[in-house]
Amino acid sequence: MMLGVLTQLGSVTLTRLAALGRAAFFVARVLGLVVVPPLKGRLIVQQMHFIGARSVLVIALTGAFAGMVLGLQGFHVLTRFGSEALLGQFVSLTLITELGPVFSAIMVTARAGSAITAQIGIMRITEQLDAMTVMALNPLRYVAVPNVVAGTLVMPLLGAMFSVVGIWGGYVAGVLILGVNRGTYFGGIADVVDLQDVTNGVYKSLCFGLVVLLVCCFKGYHAGYGAEGVSKATTEAVVISAVLILVLDYVLNTVLL
Amino acid sequence: MTSAAPPAPDHPVIRAEGLYKRFGRQVVLRGVDLDVMPGEILAIVGRSGAGKSVLLKNLIGLLQPDSGAVLVAGEDLHRARGRRLSRLRERFGMLFQGGALFDSLSVADNVAFPLREKTRQSRGQVAGVVTEVLKSVGLQGMDGKFPAELSGGMRKRAALARALAHRPEIMLFDEPTTGLDPIMVRAIHRLIADTQQRFQYTAVVVSHEVPGIFEIASRVAMLHEGALLEVATPDTFQASANPVVQQFIAGRLEGPLTAT
Repeated sequence: MMLGVLTQLGSVTLTRLAALGRAAFFVARVLGLVVVPPLKGRLIVQQMHFIGARSVLVIALTGAFAGMVLGLQGFHVLTRFGSEALLGQFVSLTLITELGPVFSAIMVTARAGSAITAQIGIMRITEQLDAMTVMALNPLRYVAVPNVVAGTLVMPLLGAMFSVVGIWGGYVAGVLILGVNRGTYFGGIADVVDLQDVTNGVYKSLCFGLVVLLVCCFKGYHAGYGAEGVSKATTEAVVISAVLILVLDYVLNTVLL
Repeated sequence: MTSAAPPAPDHPVIRAEGLYKRFGRQVVLRGVDLDVMPGEILAIVGRSGAGKSVLLKNLIGLLQPDSGAVLVAGEDLHRARGRRLSRLRERFGMLFQGGALFDSLSVADNVAFPLREKTRQSRGQVAGVVTEVLKSVGLQGMDGKFPAELSGGMRKRAALARALAHRPEIMLFDEPTTGLDPIMVRAIHRLIADTQQRFQYTAVVVSHEVPGIFEIASRVAMLHEGALLEVATPDTFQASANPVVQQFIAGRLEGPLTAT
Protein backbone atom coordinates (compact mmCIF):
# COMPACT_ATOMS: atom_id res chain seq x y z
CA MET A 1 0.00 0.00 0.00
CA MET A 2 2.67 2.47 1.12
CA LEU A 3 4.97 1.38 -1.69
CA GLY A 4 2.18 1.86 -4.21
CA VAL A 5 1.57 5.44 -3.04
CA LEU A 6 5.28 6.21 -3.14
CA THR A 7 5.59 4.72 -6.63
CA GLN A 8 2.64 6.81 -7.79
CA LEU A 9 4.08 9.93 -6.20
CA GLY A 10 7.49 9.30 -7.75
CA SER A 11 5.96 8.69 -11.16
CA VAL A 12 3.89 11.90 -11.04
CA THR A 13 6.92 13.90 -9.86
CA LEU A 14 9.12 12.50 -12.62
CA THR A 15 6.46 13.20 -15.27
CA ARG A 16 6.09 16.81 -14.07
CA LEU A 17 9.83 17.34 -13.92
CA ALA A 18 10.23 15.92 -17.43
CA ALA A 19 7.49 18.27 -18.69
CA LEU A 20 9.20 21.24 -17.03
CA GLY A 21 12.52 20.22 -18.54
CA ARG A 22 10.91 19.93 -21.96
CA ALA A 23 9.37 23.38 -21.58
CA ALA A 24 12.67 24.92 -20.46
CA PHE A 25 14.48 23.29 -23.38
CA PHE A 26 11.82 24.56 -25.80
CA VAL A 27 12.08 28.13 -24.47
CA ALA A 28 15.88 28.03 -24.67
CA ARG A 29 15.81 26.73 -28.26
CA VAL A 30 13.22 29.29 -29.41
CA LEU A 31 14.97 32.24 -27.76
CA GLY A 32 18.26 30.97 -29.19
CA LEU A 33 16.76 30.98 -32.68
CA VAL A 34 15.43 34.52 -32.14
CA VAL A 35 18.99 35.81 -31.82
CA VAL A 36 20.60 33.49 -34.38
CA PRO A 37 19.78 34.50 -37.97
CA PRO A 38 18.05 34.04 -40.29
CA LEU A 39 14.79 35.44 -38.94
CA LYS A 40 11.87 34.82 -41.27
CA GLY A 41 10.79 38.44 -41.80
CA ARG A 42 7.86 37.66 -44.06
CA LEU A 43 6.44 35.18 -41.56
CA ILE A 44 6.92 37.64 -38.70
CA VAL A 45 4.98 40.35 -40.58
CA GLN A 46 2.29 37.79 -41.47
CA GLN A 47 1.95 36.80 -37.81
CA MET A 48 1.95 40.44 -36.66
CA HIS A 49 -1.05 40.88 -38.91
CA PHE A 50 -2.70 37.74 -37.54
CA ILE A 51 -1.99 38.39 -33.85
CA GLY A 52 -2.14 42.19 -33.96
CA ALA A 53 -4.24 43.66 -36.75
CA ARG A 54 -6.89 40.99 -36.59
CA SER A 55 -7.26 41.46 -32.82
CA VAL A 56 -7.99 45.19 -33.11
CA LEU A 57 -11.77 44.82 -33.17
CA VAL A 58 -12.01 42.55 -30.16
CA ILE A 59 -9.50 44.69 -28.23
CA ALA A 60 -11.45 47.85 -29.06
CA LEU A 61 -14.73 46.27 -28.05
CA THR A 62 -13.52 44.83 -24.74
CA GLY A 63 -11.52 47.99 -24.04
CA ALA A 64 -14.58 50.20 -24.55
CA PHE A 65 -16.75 48.19 -22.20
CA ALA A 66 -14.01 47.73 -19.60
CA GLY A 67 -13.59 51.52 -19.59
CA MET A 68 -17.34 52.10 -19.33
CA VAL A 69 -17.61 49.69 -16.40
CA LEU A 70 -14.67 51.41 -14.71
CA GLY A 71 -16.30 54.80 -15.29
CA LEU A 72 -19.61 53.60 -13.85
CA GLN A 73 -18.19 51.73 -10.86
CA GLY A 74 -15.55 54.36 -10.21
CA PHE A 75 -18.15 57.11 -10.21
CA HIS A 76 -20.33 55.35 -7.63
CA VAL A 77 -17.40 54.49 -5.35
CA LEU A 78 -15.82 57.94 -5.61
CA THR A 79 -19.16 59.67 -5.02
CA ARG A 80 -19.30 58.06 -1.57
CA PHE A 81 -16.15 59.95 -0.66
CA GLY A 82 -17.17 63.06 -2.53
CA SER A 83 -14.26 62.55 -4.93
CA GLU A 84 -15.96 62.00 -8.27
CA ALA A 85 -13.61 64.59 -9.72
CA LEU A 86 -10.89 61.93 -9.48
CA LEU A 87 -12.71 59.71 -11.99
CA GLY A 88 -10.29 60.48 -14.85
CA GLN A 89 -7.28 59.58 -12.70
CA PHE A 90 -8.95 56.41 -11.48
CA VAL A 91 -9.95 55.16 -14.92
CA SER A 92 -6.72 56.04 -16.69
CA LEU A 93 -4.30 54.71 -14.08
CA THR A 94 -6.22 51.45 -13.70
CA LEU A 95 -6.27 50.94 -17.45
CA ILE A 96 -2.73 51.99 -18.30
CA THR A 97 -0.97 50.10 -15.52
CA GLU A 98 -3.24 47.08 -15.03
CA LEU A 99 -6.28 46.37 -17.12
CA GLY A 100 -4.87 47.39 -20.51
CA PRO A 101 -1.89 44.99 -20.47
CA VAL A 102 -3.72 42.18 -18.63
CA PHE A 103 -7.00 42.21 -20.56
CA SER A 104 -5.37 42.65 -23.95
CA ALA A 105 -3.05 39.71 -23.23
CA ILE A 106 -5.98 37.54 -22.20
CA MET A 107 -7.95 38.54 -25.31
CA VAL A 108 -4.98 37.80 -27.56
CA THR A 109 -4.61 34.41 -25.86
CA ALA A 110 -8.26 33.64 -26.48
CA ARG A 111 -8.33 34.85 -30.07
CA ALA A 112 -4.88 34.28 -31.57
CA GLY A 113 -3.04 32.09 -29.04
CA SER A 114 -5.61 29.30 -29.16
CA ALA A 115 -5.61 29.37 -32.97
CA ILE A 116 -1.82 29.22 -33.07
CA THR A 117 -1.76 26.23 -30.70
CA ALA A 118 -4.36 24.42 -32.78
CA GLN A 119 -2.54 25.19 -36.04
CA ILE A 120 0.85 23.99 -34.78
CA GLY A 121 -0.82 20.97 -33.15
CA ILE A 122 -2.43 19.99 -36.44
CA MET A 123 0.91 20.42 -38.20
CA ARG A 124 2.37 18.09 -35.59
CA ILE A 125 -0.23 15.33 -35.96
CA THR A 126 -0.27 15.53 -39.76
CA GLU A 127 3.53 15.19 -39.77
CA GLN A 128 4.09 18.60 -41.39
CA LEU A 129 6.65 19.42 -38.69
CA ASP A 130 8.39 16.08 -39.28
CA ALA A 131 8.43 16.90 -42.99
CA MET A 132 10.42 20.07 -42.21
CA THR A 133 12.83 18.08 -40.04
CA VAL A 134 13.38 15.62 -42.89
CA MET A 135 14.18 18.60 -45.15
CA ALA A 136 16.97 19.40 -42.65
CA LEU A 137 15.05 22.51 -41.57
CA ASN A 138 14.29 23.43 -37.96
CA PRO A 139 10.47 23.61 -37.62
CA LEU A 140 10.79 25.97 -34.64
CA ARG A 141 12.22 28.61 -36.95
CA TYR A 142 9.03 28.53 -39.03
CA VAL A 143 6.25 27.92 -36.52
CA ALA A 144 7.47 29.21 -33.15
CA VAL A 145 9.98 32.03 -33.68
CA PRO A 146 7.77 34.21 -35.96
CA ASN A 147 4.84 33.90 -33.53
CA VAL A 148 6.93 34.68 -30.46
CA VAL A 149 8.62 37.70 -32.07
CA ALA A 150 5.36 39.00 -33.58
CA GLY A 151 3.38 38.47 -30.36
CA THR A 152 5.99 40.23 -28.23
CA LEU A 153 6.08 43.19 -30.62
CA VAL A 154 2.34 43.71 -31.06
CA MET A 155 1.22 43.11 -27.48
CA PRO A 156 2.28 46.59 -26.19
CA LEU A 157 0.43 48.20 -29.11
CA LEU A 158 -2.72 46.24 -28.34
CA GLY A 159 -2.37 46.99 -24.61
CA ALA A 160 -1.99 50.71 -25.36
CA MET A 161 -4.97 50.59 -27.67
CA PHE A 162 -7.05 48.87 -25.03
CA SER A 163 -6.17 51.62 -22.54
CA VAL A 164 -6.92 54.49 -24.93
CA VAL A 165 -10.27 53.04 -25.99
CA GLY A 166 -11.00 52.27 -22.32
CA ILE A 167 -10.33 55.87 -21.30
CA TRP A 168 -12.87 56.99 -23.91
CA GLY A 169 -15.26 54.32 -22.59
CA GLY A 170 -14.82 55.82 -19.12
CA TYR A 171 -15.53 59.21 -20.66
CA VAL A 172 -18.79 57.98 -22.15
CA ALA A 173 -19.95 56.49 -18.83
CA GLY A 174 -18.57 59.16 -16.49
CA VAL A 175 -18.91 62.37 -18.50
CA LEU A 176 -21.65 61.80 -21.06
CA ILE A 177 -23.94 59.60 -18.96
CA LEU A 178 -23.20 60.47 -15.32
CA GLY A 179 -22.35 64.13 -15.79
CA VAL A 180 -18.77 64.47 -14.58
CA ASN A 181 -17.17 67.61 -15.94
CA ARG A 182 -15.27 66.93 -19.17
CA GLY A 183 -12.33 69.16 -18.27
CA THR A 184 -12.06 67.59 -14.84
CA TYR A 185 -11.98 64.11 -16.39
CA PHE A 186 -9.23 64.80 -18.91
CA GLY A 187 -7.37 67.30 -16.73
CA GLY A 188 -7.08 64.68 -14.01
CA ILE A 189 -5.56 62.23 -16.45
CA ALA A 190 -2.96 64.74 -17.60
CA ASP A 191 -2.07 65.56 -13.99
CA VAL A 192 -1.60 62.08 -12.63
CA VAL A 193 -0.38 59.79 -15.41
CA ASP A 194 3.37 60.03 -15.78
CA LEU A 195 5.74 58.39 -18.21
CA GLN A 196 6.67 55.64 -15.77
CA ASP A 197 3.05 54.44 -15.63
CA VAL A 198 3.02 54.16 -19.41
CA THR A 199 6.40 52.40 -19.61
CA ASN A 200 5.39 49.99 -16.83
CA GLY A 201 2.35 49.06 -18.89
CA VAL A 202 4.55 48.56 -21.95
CA TYR A 203 6.99 46.35 -20.02
CA LYS A 204 4.11 44.25 -18.77
CA SER A 205 2.68 43.84 -22.26
CA LEU A 206 6.09 42.83 -23.63
CA CYS A 207 6.43 40.15 -20.94
CA PHE A 208 2.86 38.92 -21.45
CA GLY A 209 3.33 38.75 -25.22
CA LEU A 210 6.51 36.72 -24.86
CA VAL A 211 5.06 34.32 -22.29
CA VAL A 212 1.67 33.81 -23.97
CA LEU A 213 3.18 33.03 -27.37
CA LEU A 214 5.84 30.74 -25.89
CA VAL A 215 3.15 28.80 -24.01
CA CYS A 216 0.84 28.56 -27.03
CA CYS A 217 3.63 27.48 -29.38
CA PHE A 218 4.99 24.96 -26.85
CA LYS A 219 1.59 23.36 -26.32
CA GLY A 220 0.95 23.07 -30.05
CA TYR A 221 4.44 21.76 -30.74
CA HIS A 222 4.02 19.00 -28.16
CA ALA A 223 0.37 18.26 -28.90
CA GLY A 224 -0.73 14.68 -28.34
CA TYR A 225 -2.14 12.33 -30.91
CA GLY A 226 -5.33 13.03 -32.87
CA ALA A 227 -8.12 15.57 -32.54
CA GLU A 228 -8.28 14.97 -28.79
CA GLY A 229 -4.58 15.75 -28.43
CA VAL A 230 -4.96 19.06 -30.26
CA SER A 231 -8.09 20.06 -28.34
CA LYS A 232 -6.38 19.26 -25.02
CA ALA A 233 -3.30 21.23 -26.05
CA THR A 234 -5.44 24.23 -27.02
CA THR A 235 -7.36 24.20 -23.74
CA GLU A 236 -4.17 23.88 -21.72
CA ALA A 237 -2.50 26.67 -23.68
CA VAL A 238 -5.34 29.10 -22.94
CA VAL A 239 -5.66 28.14 -19.26
CA ILE A 240 -1.92 28.18 -18.57
CA SER A 241 -1.48 31.47 -20.43
CA ALA A 242 -4.32 33.14 -18.50
CA VAL A 243 -2.97 31.93 -15.16
CA LEU A 244 0.60 32.94 -16.03
CA ILE A 245 -0.56 36.41 -17.11
CA LEU A 246 -2.08 37.03 -13.67
CA VAL A 247 0.83 35.48 -11.75
CA LEU A 248 3.33 37.42 -13.83
CA ASP A 249 1.28 40.59 -13.34
CA TYR A 250 1.69 40.26 -9.59
CA VAL A 251 5.41 39.55 -9.88
CA LEU A 252 5.95 42.48 -12.24
CA ASN A 253 3.97 44.78 -9.95
CA THR A 254 6.24 43.94 -7.04
CA VAL A 255 9.28 44.62 -9.21
CA LEU A 256 8.05 47.74 -11.04
CA LEU A 257 6.18 49.56 -8.27
CA MET B 1 22.20 19.43 -53.15
CA THR B 2 23.87 16.18 -52.14
CA SER B 3 27.43 16.70 -53.15
CA ALA B 4 28.91 13.50 -51.69
CA ALA B 5 30.19 10.86 -54.07
CA PRO B 6 27.77 8.02 -54.76
CA PRO B 7 28.33 5.05 -52.45
CA ALA B 8 30.13 1.99 -53.74
CA PRO B 9 27.64 -0.54 -55.11
CA ASP B 10 28.61 -3.20 -52.57
CA HIS B 11 28.41 -0.89 -49.53
CA PRO B 12 25.07 -0.28 -47.87
CA VAL B 13 23.64 3.25 -48.14
CA ILE B 14 21.95 2.74 -44.80
CA ARG B 15 23.00 0.19 -42.21
CA ALA B 16 20.85 -0.36 -39.13
CA GLU B 17 22.65 -2.14 -36.33
CA GLY B 18 20.78 -3.67 -33.40
CA LEU B 19 17.98 -1.08 -33.35
CA TYR B 20 16.02 -1.38 -30.13
CA LYS B 21 13.08 0.89 -29.41
CA ARG B 22 10.31 0.83 -26.87
CA PHE B 23 7.46 3.14 -25.91
CA GLY B 24 6.72 2.80 -22.20
CA ARG B 25 6.48 -0.91 -21.60
CA GLN B 26 5.83 -1.80 -25.21
CA VAL B 27 8.92 -3.00 -27.03
CA VAL B 28 8.53 -2.18 -30.73
CA LEU B 29 11.96 -3.01 -32.17
CA ARG B 30 14.07 -5.77 -30.63
CA GLY B 31 17.44 -5.44 -32.25
CA VAL B 32 16.83 -4.88 -35.95
CA ASP B 33 19.81 -5.29 -38.28
CA LEU B 34 19.26 -4.14 -41.83
CA ASP B 35 21.36 -3.14 -44.83
CA VAL B 36 19.88 -1.00 -47.58
CA MET B 37 21.93 -1.37 -50.75
CA PRO B 38 22.42 1.43 -53.30
CA GLY B 39 19.86 1.66 -56.07
CA GLU B 40 17.51 -0.94 -54.69
CA ILE B 41 13.85 -0.69 -53.71
CA LEU B 42 13.58 -2.39 -50.34
CA ALA B 43 10.03 -3.10 -49.23
CA ILE B 44 9.39 -3.51 -45.51
CA VAL B 45 6.20 -5.45 -44.89
CA GLY B 46 4.50 -6.72 -41.78
CA ARG B 47 1.25 -6.59 -39.89
CA SER B 48 -0.23 -3.32 -38.65
CA GLY B 49 1.53 -2.32 -35.44
CA ALA B 50 4.59 -4.44 -36.23
CA GLY B 51 6.79 -1.34 -35.98
CA LYS B 52 7.43 -0.68 -39.68
CA SER B 53 6.86 3.08 -39.45
CA VAL B 54 8.89 3.22 -36.22
CA LEU B 55 11.77 1.50 -38.03
CA LEU B 56 11.49 3.96 -40.93
CA LYS B 57 11.48 6.95 -38.57
CA ASN B 58 14.56 5.56 -36.84
CA LEU B 59 16.30 5.28 -40.19
CA ILE B 60 15.89 9.01 -40.81
CA GLY B 61 16.33 10.19 -37.23
CA LEU B 62 12.75 11.32 -36.53
CA LEU B 63 12.84 8.83 -33.65
CA GLN B 64 15.88 7.99 -31.55
CA PRO B 65 16.50 4.31 -30.87
CA ASP B 66 17.02 3.30 -27.23
CA SER B 67 20.08 1.40 -28.41
CA GLY B 68 21.67 0.51 -31.72
CA ALA B 69 22.88 2.70 -34.55
CA VAL B 70 21.91 3.87 -38.01
CA LEU B 71 24.86 4.42 -40.33
CA VAL B 72 24.22 6.53 -43.41
CA ALA B 73 27.14 6.23 -45.80
CA GLY B 74 29.20 5.11 -42.82
CA GLU B 75 28.22 8.02 -40.52
CA ASP B 76 26.17 7.46 -37.37
CA LEU B 77 22.97 9.46 -37.97
CA HIS B 78 21.90 9.51 -34.34
CA ARG B 79 25.22 10.85 -33.08
CA ALA B 80 25.49 13.56 -35.73
CA ARG B 81 24.62 17.13 -34.71
CA GLY B 82 24.36 20.52 -36.39
CA ARG B 83 25.68 20.75 -39.93
CA ARG B 84 26.77 17.12 -40.08
CA LEU B 85 23.23 16.04 -39.26
CA SER B 86 21.86 18.51 -41.83
CA ARG B 87 24.17 17.12 -44.50
CA LEU B 88 23.08 13.56 -43.72
CA ARG B 89 19.40 14.53 -43.76
CA GLU B 90 19.80 16.29 -47.11
CA ARG B 91 20.54 12.87 -48.62
CA PHE B 92 16.99 11.81 -47.73
CA GLY B 93 13.54 12.48 -49.05
CA MET B 94 10.47 11.08 -47.37
CA LEU B 95 6.89 10.53 -48.42
CA PHE B 96 4.70 10.55 -45.32
CA GLN B 97 1.57 8.50 -44.88
CA GLY B 98 -0.79 11.46 -45.23
CA GLY B 99 1.51 13.40 -47.55
CA ALA B 100 2.33 16.02 -44.88
CA LEU B 101 1.88 18.82 -47.42
CA PHE B 102 1.81 22.31 -45.90
CA ASP B 103 -1.89 23.27 -45.87
CA SER B 104 -1.25 26.97 -46.21
CA LEU B 105 0.89 26.65 -49.35
CA SER B 106 -0.10 25.82 -52.92
CA VAL B 107 1.23 22.68 -54.60
CA ALA B 108 3.93 24.68 -56.39
CA ASP B 109 4.96 26.46 -53.18
CA ASN B 110 5.05 23.14 -51.34
CA VAL B 111 7.42 21.69 -53.94
CA ALA B 112 9.49 24.89 -54.03
CA PHE B 113 9.70 25.16 -50.22
CA PRO B 114 12.80 22.98 -49.63
CA LEU B 115 14.55 24.55 -52.62
CA ARG B 116 13.87 28.10 -51.48
CA GLU B 117 14.90 27.37 -47.93
CA LYS B 118 17.90 25.12 -48.51
CA THR B 119 19.47 26.20 -51.77
CA ARG B 120 20.57 29.41 -53.44
CA GLN B 121 18.73 28.73 -56.67
CA SER B 122 17.16 31.70 -58.43
CA ARG B 123 13.38 32.05 -58.76
CA GLY B 124 13.58 30.92 -62.37
CA GLN B 125 15.61 27.84 -61.51
CA VAL B 126 13.22 26.90 -58.69
CA ALA B 127 10.23 27.36 -61.00
CA GLY B 128 11.94 25.14 -63.58
CA VAL B 129 12.54 22.35 -61.05
CA VAL B 130 8.97 22.64 -59.75
CA THR B 131 7.53 22.29 -63.25
CA GLU B 132 9.81 19.36 -64.01
CA VAL B 133 9.07 17.32 -60.87
CA LEU B 134 5.34 18.05 -61.03
CA LYS B 135 5.38 16.79 -64.60
CA SER B 136 7.31 13.68 -63.59
CA VAL B 137 4.58 12.76 -61.08
CA GLY B 138 1.77 13.63 -63.51
CA LEU B 139 0.62 16.82 -61.81
CA GLN B 140 1.39 19.37 -64.52
CA GLY B 141 -1.00 22.30 -64.37
CA MET B 142 -1.82 21.74 -60.70
CA ASP B 143 0.66 24.35 -59.44
CA GLY B 144 -1.92 26.72 -58.01
CA LYS B 145 -4.07 24.15 -56.23
CA PHE B 146 -4.02 23.86 -52.45
CA PRO B 147 -3.67 20.48 -50.67
CA ALA B 148 -7.29 20.63 -49.51
CA GLU B 149 -8.42 20.75 -53.16
CA LEU B 150 -6.56 17.55 -54.13
CA SER B 151 -7.72 13.94 -54.03
CA GLY B 152 -5.82 11.39 -51.91
CA GLY B 153 -3.79 10.12 -54.86
CA MET B 154 -2.94 13.60 -56.08
CA ARG B 155 -1.84 14.59 -52.60
CA LYS B 156 0.56 11.64 -52.52
CA ARG B 157 1.90 12.63 -55.94
CA ALA B 158 2.40 16.23 -54.85
CA ALA B 159 4.17 15.06 -51.71
CA LEU B 160 6.39 12.80 -53.80
CA ALA B 161 7.20 15.74 -56.07
CA ARG B 162 8.18 17.83 -53.03
CA ALA B 163 10.36 15.01 -51.69
CA LEU B 164 12.07 14.60 -55.07
CA ALA B 165 12.65 18.30 -55.69
CA HIS B 166 16.11 18.34 -54.13
CA ARG B 167 17.16 15.08 -55.82
CA PRO B 168 17.61 12.90 -52.74
CA GLU B 169 19.85 9.84 -52.82
CA ILE B 170 17.51 7.92 -50.54
CA MET B 171 13.72 8.01 -50.57
CA LEU B 172 11.69 6.67 -47.67
CA PHE B 173 8.03 5.86 -48.28
CA ASP B 174 5.74 5.43 -45.28
CA GLU B 175 2.76 3.41 -46.52
CA PRO B 176 2.47 5.43 -49.74
CA THR B 177 -0.75 3.74 -50.88
CA THR B 178 -2.83 3.78 -47.69
CA GLY B 179 -6.42 4.83 -48.37
CA LEU B 180 -6.18 4.62 -52.17
CA ASP B 181 -8.23 2.51 -54.58
CA PRO B 182 -6.54 -0.53 -56.24
CA ILE B 183 -5.93 1.28 -59.50
CA MET B 184 -4.38 4.23 -57.76
CA VAL B 185 -2.30 1.82 -55.66
CA ARG B 186 -0.83 0.35 -58.83
CA ALA B 187 -0.36 3.83 -60.29
CA ILE B 188 1.61 4.95 -57.22
CA HIS B 189 3.73 1.78 -57.33
CA ARG B 190 4.45 2.45 -61.00
CA LEU B 191 5.29 6.06 -60.16
CA ILE B 192 7.75 4.94 -57.49
CA ALA B 193 9.44 2.57 -59.95
CA ASP B 194 9.52 5.20 -62.71
CA THR B 195 10.84 8.01 -60.56
CA GLN B 196 13.40 5.63 -59.02
CA GLN B 197 14.67 4.87 -62.52
CA ARG B 198 14.64 8.50 -63.50
CA PHE B 199 16.14 10.06 -60.35
CA GLN B 200 18.31 7.04 -59.45
CA TYR B 201 17.47 6.97 -55.76
CA THR B 202 17.57 4.15 -53.25
CA ALA B 203 14.13 3.46 -51.83
CA VAL B 204 12.80 1.99 -48.62
CA VAL B 205 9.05 1.43 -48.87
CA VAL B 206 6.94 0.51 -45.87
CA SER B 207 3.87 -1.15 -47.30
CA HIS B 208 0.81 -3.24 -46.62
CA GLU B 209 0.29 -3.95 -50.30
CA VAL B 210 1.03 -7.63 -50.63
CA PRO B 211 1.56 -8.94 -53.26
CA GLY B 212 1.36 -5.63 -55.23
CA ILE B 213 4.59 -4.28 -53.77
CA PHE B 214 6.52 -7.34 -55.01
CA GLU B 215 6.18 -6.01 -58.56
CA ILE B 216 8.52 -3.10 -57.87
CA ALA B 217 10.64 -4.27 -54.92
CA SER B 218 14.21 -5.48 -55.35
CA ARG B 219 14.08 -7.09 -51.91
CA VAL B 220 11.39 -7.62 -49.30
CA ALA B 221 11.96 -7.55 -45.54
CA MET B 222 9.27 -8.77 -43.16
CA LEU B 223 9.12 -7.27 -39.70
CA HIS B 224 7.54 -9.50 -37.11
CA GLU B 225 7.47 -9.09 -33.33
CA GLY B 226 10.08 -6.33 -33.46
CA ALA B 227 12.63 -8.23 -35.54
CA LEU B 228 13.24 -8.94 -39.21
CA LEU B 229 11.88 -12.38 -39.90
CA GLU B 230 12.97 -12.69 -43.50
CA VAL B 231 14.84 -10.53 -46.01
CA ALA B 232 14.81 -11.85 -49.56
CA THR B 233 14.05 -11.06 -53.19
CA PRO B 234 10.31 -11.03 -53.93
CA ASP B 235 10.44 -14.45 -55.60
CA THR B 236 12.38 -16.08 -52.76
CA PHE B 237 10.16 -14.32 -50.23
CA GLN B 238 7.00 -15.63 -51.83
CA ALA B 239 8.46 -19.14 -51.95
CA SER B 240 9.50 -18.97 -48.29
CA ALA B 241 8.80 -22.06 -46.21
CA ASN B 242 8.22 -19.91 -43.14
CA PRO B 243 4.56 -20.39 -42.10
CA VAL B 244 4.38 -16.82 -40.74
CA VAL B 245 5.46 -15.41 -44.12
CA GLN B 246 3.06 -17.68 -45.95
CA GLN B 247 0.12 -16.72 -43.74
CA PHE B 248 0.92 -13.03 -44.20
CA ILE B 249 1.16 -13.28 -47.99
CA ALA B 250 -2.05 -15.30 -48.22
CA GLY B 251 -3.83 -13.08 -45.69
CA ARG B 252 -5.23 -16.11 -43.87
CA LEU B 253 -6.98 -15.58 -40.57
CA GLU B 254 -5.67 -18.81 -39.08
CA GLY B 255 -2.00 -19.48 -38.56
CA PRO B 256 1.03 -18.65 -36.43
CA LEU B 257 0.63 -14.88 -37.00
CA THR B 258 -2.79 -14.79 -35.38
CA ALA B 259 -2.24 -17.51 -32.76
CA THR B 260 -2.37 -15.97 -29.31
